[in-house]
Amino acid sequence: MIYMDNAATTLQKPEKVKQAVMEAFDLMGNAGRGASEAALNASRIIYGTREKLARFFHAESPNRIVFTANSTESLNIAIKGLFQTGDHVITTVLEHNSVLRPLYECRESGVELTILGCDVSGNISLEEMESAVRPETKAIVCTHASNLTGNMIDLRAVSRIAKRHELLFVVDASQTAGVYPIDVQELGIDVLCFTGHKSMLGPQGTGGMYVRTGVAVRPLLSGGSGVDTYNPRHPSEMPTALEAGTLNGHGIAGLGAALDYLEETGISVIREKELLLMRRFYDGISCIPGVKIYGDFSTDRRAPIVSFNISDYDSSEVSDELDMEYGIVTRPGAHCAPLMHQALGTVEQGAVRFSFSHYNTEEEVDTAIRAVKELTGGNTT
Amino acid sequence: MRKKELKLVVTFHTTADAMAMEKACRGKEVPGRLIPVPRSISAGCGLAWCAPLTERDALLEVMEEQGISQEGLHECMV
Repeated sequence: MIYMDNAATTLQKPEKVKQAVMEAFDLMGNAGRGASEAALNASRIIYGTREKLARFFHAESPNRIVFTANSTESLNIAIKGLFQTGDHVITTVLEHNSVLRPLYECRESGVELTILGCDVSGNISLEEMESAVRPETKAIVCTHASNLTGNMIDLRAVSRIAKRHELLFVVDASQTAGVYPIDVQELGIDVLCFTGHKSMLGPQGTGGMYVRTGVAVRPLLSGGSGVDTYNPRHPSEMPTALEAGTLNGHGIAGLGAALDYLEETGISVIREKELLLMRRFYDGISCIPGVKIYGDFSTDRRAPIVSFNISDYDSSEVSDELDMEYGIVTRPGAHCAPLMHQALGTVEQGAVRFSFSHYNTEEEVDTAIRAVKELTGGNTT
Repeated sequence: MRKKELKLVVTFHTTADAMAMEKACRGKEVPGRLIPVPRSISAGCGLAWCAPLTERDALLEVMEEQGISQEGLHECMV
């Protein structure tokens, strides 16, 4: 199998991630529930990962890092916990449904929404973004990179707009955390939402969020906290305020090991390899007649994704053929990004998405290029 | 049951703070260990840092240095 669906989840994980999860099964009691060695083992491993995440994203304190199950949970907590009737929020068509659907729910309860469009390459206009700001605007919520085109949004520029107008800045880093450095303080990010199982190379069921000191998020859940049991309200101190219930300790142990791997390997090394593979694939298929590629490839500052269609073939058919005939795993369809597909005019056809890991090889990319050539009926030499 | 002794007990708002305390004290070789919060302090569960009475200054210094916020500093029989 040649796995090229890494924007959905990275299949190959570092060995130390698997080892850490297996070891955790022998070590971990329930974190924060008592002071037995088993419970403390869990608390130590979880706190250690919290510290690593704080360093990784340059958070002011480990207490500002909250563990969740994935980006979707983080984004739900952030969006539903920050906005209320009368607020206006700006977002973009690049967003995943994990941003859009919570925002639509907010809209049903009286939050106004501006969704910025994009140009033919899939890029938003920062001028349009600033023009959309109104007196009642509360926040800008945007992705760091589209999961369909791989195009990135310039967080530094958006942050300047947010600061000029005293807006909250909420970022979905699902496609970039682990590939691009994200310094929440330097970038002026108020809430950063990330998942552990994509480019961060951790297990599924891990993720989290950074919440800047002073930003109050209403909790989505309340319940077990291991502290302050007789208080009828869930504790308001971070990170407990946003972490009701038993955490995914075994997964978090794996995520901690993944962060070690990222630090030892260097995310710049990982990024360069992935972009090299992306560019090799793009160059290999872009000149094939009938292939239409989506997104802006005029820059290499992008997520390592190439989405395309072949003539008017259904993307599902192409993806299935790649899988069945060549053993190449890709993702067809709509990628939970309805507005991006609408903007690109690909609602009916969907798109075939290739997304690369640094574990992929140039040989695998060349095999994929040959496969696309054959599927278009072109010459493979 | 073990014979109780008068000890210093630091309580915290969150488990994360308690874990930060353990890490900081181990790093500075300040003696003590995490225990369940004694019910004489609070019935509400959680972890507390338990240390000999002689370590009061060292504990306060560690918390100050590391920015660890405590809920309370108690002397009690543990």
